[in-house]
Amino acid sequence: MADAQEKKVGIISCSGEECVEGTISRVATRLVLGKLRPNETVTICLPLFLAGGKEEREFATDYPTITVDGCDKMCAKIATERYSGKPASSIVVTDVTGNWYCSRLGPRRKLDEESQAAARKVAEKVAHEVDEVLERWM
Amino acid sequence: MKSKGSDSQREKVIVIPCSGIGKAFGSISRDATYEIVDNLRKDVTQTLCLALLVSGDEESLQLVRNNKCITVDGCPLQCAEKKVKLAGGNLAGSLRVVDAYKENRHLKPRSVTFLDPDGQQMALALAEKIAKKVDDLLEGH
Repeated sequence: MADAQEKKVGIISCSGEECVEGTISRVATRLVLGKLRPNETVTICLPLFLAGGKEEREFATDYPTITVDGCDKMCAKIATERYSGKPASSIVVTDVTGNWYCSRLGPRRKLDEESQAAARKVAEKVAHEVDEVLERWM
Repeated sequence: MKSKGSDSQREKVIVIPCSGIGKAFGSISRDATYEIVDNLRKDVTQTLCLALLVSGDEESLQLVRNNKCITVDGCPLQCAEKKVKLAGGNLAGSLRVVDAYKENRHLKPRSVTFLDPDGQQMALALAEKIAKKVDDLLEGH
């Protein structure tokens, strides 16, 4: 069991390239890591995880993870379950934003104000989930 | 004689970045890809979700198998290239941000979430290389 100093939650975002929600998942994850919960979280590089990265898969097996997916295809969640185990929590951007679809023509390269606000909202939800996971871990 | 078909039926080059999230190079691979598919060669290229391809999505599998693909990887581990190969994709080109870095050592990209000016400049330099590769592929080279 990890001791108190080692308690970390792994955040895994889909970073889907086709739609703006993929970018939102990525930016939200970075916001959690860089600003909201920098000491409690790490991220796992999904492409490396998928390509068989040993360290990434071991971390996701030994530590709790939160997946952040852009759409209801939930690629990050499915991959985590397949290779390392059930995530402690999974968040879908379209659930948070209230859009049921993955918008392929949005400003996926550089988020506009509305999308940045959505990323902040998703990040706050992830941070809340991090707190919950850590509380359960105590 | 074969018809050339409409724009939507024409062959497209699929550009697939790794989008690695840990370092700036992953973000540069992603930004360079968007520069190609949204700007430089928007009528003849498109991208797809790498994670969706890996999850076995049939539409994505057909797309990479039936079109020429260029992968854009942030680091030497080349995750995007590996996954396209594993999916049986028609891999026609493979570029690495780390190579663009070697050619632009004066640039020091650091920011991951939103690229800083050095990162943006490196993405544009890389996008030019991808554009050249796209042109070569469409000309049959």
